[in-house]
Amino acid sequence: MQLETPLWKRVVVWAAVLVGLILAAPNLFYSRVETHNDAASAIAKAEKLGGAATPDQTAALAVWPAWAPSGLVNLGLDLRGGAHLLAEVKLADVYKQRMDAFWPDARDALKEVRDATGPVKRKPSPDGTLRITLTNPEGMPAALAKLQGLTANVVSLTGAGQKDMDIVADGGDIVITLSDAEKAATDTRTMQQSLEIIRRRVDAAGTREPSIQRQGADRILIEVPGIGSAEELKAIIGTTAKLTFNTVIGQGSDKAANPGVGNLLLPAADQQGLYYTVEEAPVVTGDDLVDAQPSFDQNGRPAVSFRFDTSGARKFGEYTGAHVGEPFAIVLDKQVISAPTIQTAITGGSGIITGNFTVEGSTNLAVLLRAGALPAEMTFLEERTVGPELGQDSIDAGQIAAITGMVLVGVFMQASYGIFGFFANITLVISMGIIFGILSMIGGTLTLPGIAGLVLTIGTAVDANVLVYERIREELRHAKTAARAIELGYERATSAIVDANVTTLITSIVLYFFGAGPVRGFAVALFIGIITSVFTALFVTRLIIQVWFNWRKPKTLIV
Amino acid sequence: MAWRLRLAPEKTNIDFFKLQWITFGGSVVLMVLSFVAWGVMGLNYGIDFKGGTTLRTESATVIDTALYRSTLDGLNLGDVAINEVFDPSFRADQHVASIRLSAANGQDQIDNADMKRVSEALTAMDPALKIVSVETVGPKVSSELVWSSIIALAATSLGILAYIWLRFEWQFALGGVLALLHDVVITVGIFAVFQIKFDLTIVAALLTILGYSINDTVVVFDRLRENLMKYKTMPLKEVMNLSVNETLSRTLATSFTTLLAVGSMLAFGGDVIRGFSFAIFMGIILGTYSSVYVAKNLVLFLGLDRTDKPRASGKGADHEFANIDA
Repeated sequence: MQLETPLWKRVVVWAAVLVGLILAAPNLFYSRVETHNDAASAIAKAEKLGGAATPDQTAALAVWPAWAPSGLVNLGLDLRGGAHLLAEVKLADVYKQRMDAFWPDARDALKEVRDATGPVKRKPSPDGTLRITLTNPEGMPAALAKLQGLTANVVSLTGAGQKDMDIVADGGDIVITLSDAEKAATDTRTMQQSLEIIRRRVDAAGTREPSIQRQGADRILIEVPGIGSAEELKAIIGTTAKLTFNTVIGQGSDKAANPGVGNLLLPAADQQGLYYTVEEAPVVTGDDLVDAQPSFDQNGRPAVSFRFDTSGARKFGEYTGAHVGEPFAIVLDKQVISAPTIQTAITGGSGIITGNFTVEGSTNLAVLLRAGALPAEMTFLEERTVGPELGQDSIDAGQIAAITGMVLVGVFMQASYGIFGFFANITLVISMGIIFGILSMIGGTLTLPGIAGLVLTIGTAVDANVLVYERIREELRHAKTAARAIELGYERATSAIVDANVTTLITSIVLYFFGAGPVRGFAVALFIGIITSVFTALFVTRLIIQVWFNWRKPKTLIV
Repeated sequence: MAWRLRLAPEKTNIDFFKLQWITFGGSVVLMVLSFVAWGVMGLNYGIDFKGGTTLRTESATVIDTALYRSTLDGLNLGDVAINEVFDPSFRADQHVASIRLSAANGQDQIDNADMKRVSEALTAMDPALKIVSVETVGPKVSSELVWSSIIALAATSLGILAYIWLRFEWQFALGGVLALLHDVVITVGIFAVFQIKFDLTIVAALLTILGYSINDTVVVFDRLRENLMKYKTMPLKEVMNLSVNETLSRTLATSFTTLLAVGSMLAFGGDVIRGFSFAIFMGIILGTYSSVYVAKNLVLFLGLDRTDKPRASGKGADHEFANIDA
């Protein structure tokens, strides 16, 4: 009696195995393929910018053939070394900026109804609200109507048709806040901008494969392999780099001085004990910049030169034209870098920031200004750094553990099931190969717990085979023919195999959503491991047994 | 017949209910003790759940914890705990310490300036010292991680409950999941008794135990379901014993292969992941035990409706002797 499987099924199974193993192959030449991949992405980047590959890059590209698959299993931060940061974006910062920026507009608009309202004044209020007092409360309806005219419709899918600001009368005051719909739309924008700016800054720092993801409503997870420490990473992305040009109202040495409503008291960056009072609403901001470059001033000191876009240039030109002889402040992240006096109207749209810079400092500032300011401040909730040495130790230890585990399991299977154990061992090696193939294909990340997941899979991978073999033994006891016993063994063990593994699949899915970083790597390894080991046990081992059975045609079967 | 390694005789006929007051009762007592240990001794929470900073240092110089302590005490930080780490995988000149720091009063977490002072002080103390990893978890995240861990454990249990309910009867689902909780609770109890660091990876290990140890139970249940249809008149207790006996050699073989693999992870995988490997190792042992001695006892206790489904008009469950004329 022959064991039969349709040809198409055999072809599909062997093809799947072959594809899996081919995809896994590059991992055997890890550093070589990695050099190739790095060169390929560097060349692609250079060509996008109109450049060409350097000889070094071409040489690096050639270490691995272009036709061969080049997908690799990514190593997680705990294996490669690198930094992991969880940042929280202070979304409310933006509400405050919006309200502060709205005050000059509101003031100008209310001037037109001054006859009815009398002079208006901004009153102190919590961040994110604007409170305006009217001298004549009788003018309230006119004032409200005027301010309503300044509101716009919210631009978002969910908030369509709603106004961007809530303007209400509270006694003789007008209280203005962002509407909920506008807050939601603003939050989305703030997060997108923050992500984009962090990405630009990390890219500018030139590290490999950074991962920058939004998490939840106001968080960003940043993972950068190969960076020395979380501090270094924070220095790159933690700086807001908010550049503004503000009107100077006064200066002094009292750090507790009351700047007055709508003004700010800011320290000078290069002079201890000097404080400037500046108008909070800036004349122009870093958003209006189109370029910033490190340079030197006329005295040869490091400086940063910049260029405004058209609207920025116009605003700056108008302002400097109207305020010749007055000082203005160049403010970076709430510190006054310098406060030069305006000599003449600056209409060309470009200028230079001088201050107490080092060459490195001016280069960094230029990078930050080019990448743009973060729309809101960030705080860091979680930081993890792993050095490359520890990562390498973990890889070594994991490898030893995995090989030992495989050998021990292999010996046990051989001793318990003889030739059938040997078949199970072949499939075990194949399934490990396929797991690496799938991980490489989907760009999965291997972490230290992920290695543990693979080792656990070694144990469970043979489980499905054990279930089948035990079942075949039982069926043999009932004196069936050998071929029938094998078929029944597979048939009757399948439901137990599937049920037992679906539960582990459920666990790995929960783990994936529950964990981040290393734990997630474990979940992925476990998930792929289960699918692969069930596939190989049910199909690959079976085909191997079939080939053997049809070739040797054993009269009696000893499992 | 060729020689075969056997973990159990070919045919066993063990009465798994015979000593149930010791086995099942013992499990109940162990669970209670685990809760007591958990409550009285508490768990040695890592920074994932408690917040704070841990450093891992490596040096060629032998570690003098008193010197480390006096170096760090001068920095005006919060609590400082220093532990030397030993592992057979370390090289002879590799001396590893794990240092746990918390921020000074009135400060949420260690900041860049603190970190700079710490690393400068440590390298001044021992120039050969290198900080190979730093982890800081703020209070906001750590309290969220506690909740998300609990939710993950609950979600996994419910997912497994739902799946087994779908595939078997509700008694199997409940019995199986209660047996899982037994495995997890006792594992946590062991972590409390030995004060092993309990962090996020341990929760991941507990989740894995949930998924893994139901595996054995499902195989037993699967056989039980098959035998219930085959031996319609056999008392439930006997069908259960038969099913466990029939699957015993498979249960032992699988647990053994998994223990071999996880055992080598425990022995050679390095200290970074030792707690994780240990939790899974314990979980597998407990899981195997509970699928033989706990899960089916619970199903027996809950009772099974053995009447044929189409005969819905029957007088209800008559567990042991239903369907005599079938």
